[in-house]
Amino acid sequence: MIKTKFDYNKYLRKNTLPHIWCPGCGDGIILKSLLRAIDKCGYSKDDVVITSGIGCASRLPGYVDFNTIHTTHGRALTFAIGIKMFKPRLKVITISGDGDALAIGGNHFIHAARRNIDITLIVFNNYTYGMTGGQCSPTQPVGSLSTTTPFGSIEPPFDVCNLAQAAGATWVGRSTSYHAVQLEKFMVDALNHTGFSVLDVITNCHISYGRRNKMKSPVEMIKYQKEKAVPARSAENMTPEDLAGRFKTGILFEKAGSPEFCTEYYKKLESIKTK
Amino acid sequence: MAKNIKLMQGNEAIAEGAVIAGCDFFAGYPITPSSEVAEILSSKLPKIGKVFLQMEDEIAALGAVLGAALGGAKALTATSGPGMSLKQEHIGYASMCEIPCVIINVMRGGPSTGLPTLPAQGDVMQAKWGTHGDHAIIAITPSSVNESLYETIRAFNLAVKYRTPVLILTDEIIGHMREKVVIPDKSDIEIIDVKLPGVPPEKYNPYNYTSGEVTPLAPMGEGYRYHVTGLIHGETGFPSQKTDVIQNAQNWLMDKIYKNIKDIEKFEEFQTEDADILLVAYGSTSRSSRQAIMMARSAGIKAGMFRPITIWPFPDEQISALSKKIKKILVPEMNMGQVIFEVQRNACGSSVYGLNVVNGEPITPDQIYEKIKEISKI
Repeated sequence: MIKTKFDYNKYLRKNTLPHIWCPGCGDGIILKSLLRAIDKCGYSKDDVVITSGIGCASRLPGYVDFNTIHTTHGRALTFAIGIKMFKPRLKVITISGDGDALAIGGNHFIHAARRNIDITLIVFNNYTYGMTGGQCSPTQPVGSLSTTTPFGSIEPPFDVCNLAQAAGATWVGRSTSYHAVQLEKFMVDALNHTGFSVLDVITNCHISYGRRNKMKSPVEMIKYQKEKAVPARSAENMTPEDLAGRFKTGILFEKAGSPEFCTEYYKKLESIKTK
Repeated sequence: MAKNIKLMQGNEAIAEGAVIAGCDFFAGYPITPSSEVAEILSSKLPKIGKVFLQMEDEIAALGAVLGAALGGAKALTATSGPGMSLKQEHIGYASMCEIPCVIINVMRGGPSTGLPTLPAQGDVMQAKWGTHGDHAIIAITPSSVNESLYETIRAFNLAVKYRTPVLILTDEIIGHMREKVVIPDKSDIEIIDVKLPGVPPEKYNPYNYTSGEVTPLAPMGEGYRYHVTGLIHGETGFPSQKTDVIQNAQNWLMDKIYKNIKDIEKFEEFQTEDADILLVAYGSTSRSSRQAIMMARSAGIKAGMFRPITIWPFPDEQISALSKKIKKILVPEMNMGQVIFEVQRNACGSSVYGLNVVNGEPITPDQIYEKIKEISKI
């Protein structure tokens, strides 16, 4: 599908490499998809801001040549909202892991969605706290093992996409680090959407998650992503039993033309001025 | 020219001062007794094309402030009590990443929910030590409504100049009291604005630990692409675990404040020249102290006062000098004893006494006068 070789060097801060990610980690695939997507959208590097929280995925901004802010755990969206509201012309992207976005940052996640602010949130969803050694995350499947659920998790996980949609996000999609080409396409779509867009990317942490859940190698985890992913259209004809243990992929929700927070704010300012 | 005089509440004066200072951005969360700052700015800022945001929580409020500040905004948040506890992590982030911002803490009784509508001065040590790790901080304690306005302007200036969070600690008394305020002419006050760095983007490093100069923070989105992280970072902004970089970064966070203390310090002395008893008092307590000093002097007891306006960094030098000639020092505070330890640390052989009232009421001049009388007999 990718016809010419893409020059990633244009966007990488090569002096900050090598990255911290383990060999075989899915985060690199997502990073490369993001760079191709940003390139396709044609943004100037000066106009792109990437904020992130804390965790493996959140180290991404350090490696890419934009305006990058590696913030505090869970709070990346709050910084994103601040800079977006002050300089609405900037394209603001937030990178977050599942623990970062949905546990410690859950409040900011739902409120950013509620406001429908023009920010793209990419959740690197590997079902675990990889950086701290594989503790249970809010997306970890019931029954799976982690360093803090040695007898199997009994907590129902969040569905990132359902939560985003319910909270008011106007573009919601899911892909995996296996579906690199689809991932790029969805990222372009999410970035072009005006409003809060959430892309849930299922990715692999074979070291902290897979190793404890019968998927020791990246290959097994990538296979898991391939096999468990159900395109949204196919899922329509499947029973809940068929879907158990699997996840839907695709653009799951899209609503164009909804009032966007930043635009509405500045429209309001204009109306105050004219009074 | 006739002065522009208004009757204002302390919290209102802070909002007014912020607008005069060029505040571009406010994000906050409702909390008593600071809410008026947000309420007033929710009307004032939109009218002048600036941003007001009510965020989902206290942490988000300071996060948004820091995001905007990285975009070049002069940004402000205001809170009290539990809200200040929640903000600590981002105060550390602002210190570490050297992001200018102003944080108002209208102090109320604590700990925990404490006394939401009653005054206290229990957050002075929190202002310095609340966030984890070593860092220097600037904190200011105005004692009147008028001073709240001018010190807010100074806080914005210091924040931009030293790329640091600046805290203003008022209390419920100052915040809710109404007093005369002289609104300054813009030509009469200094305003330090956010500037682009003097070097082109390819030569820009967001940090400088060695030259002694504070590097201007380039507003993001203006061609200066750089990285910001709460990890210890080198002058390029990228994380580092090299021992010399770590030490330099830590030293710099202290040095940039302490080596510029002459520019940051501010205090007032009241009848200290011939004093036998020195009061060290700040914020609303300094007002009762002033009255008590006059009562004492009428009774023939020579008392005087040193009033820190900048409370952090602490005026070590001044306290030390005064304690060489005044051998009895009284520190009245609406807490169980906080600033008294700083005074003791600097007292050269003087006896230091505390007057600690934390019952939700201001410390009265009578209470202080009684204590002065007691000390005078020792």
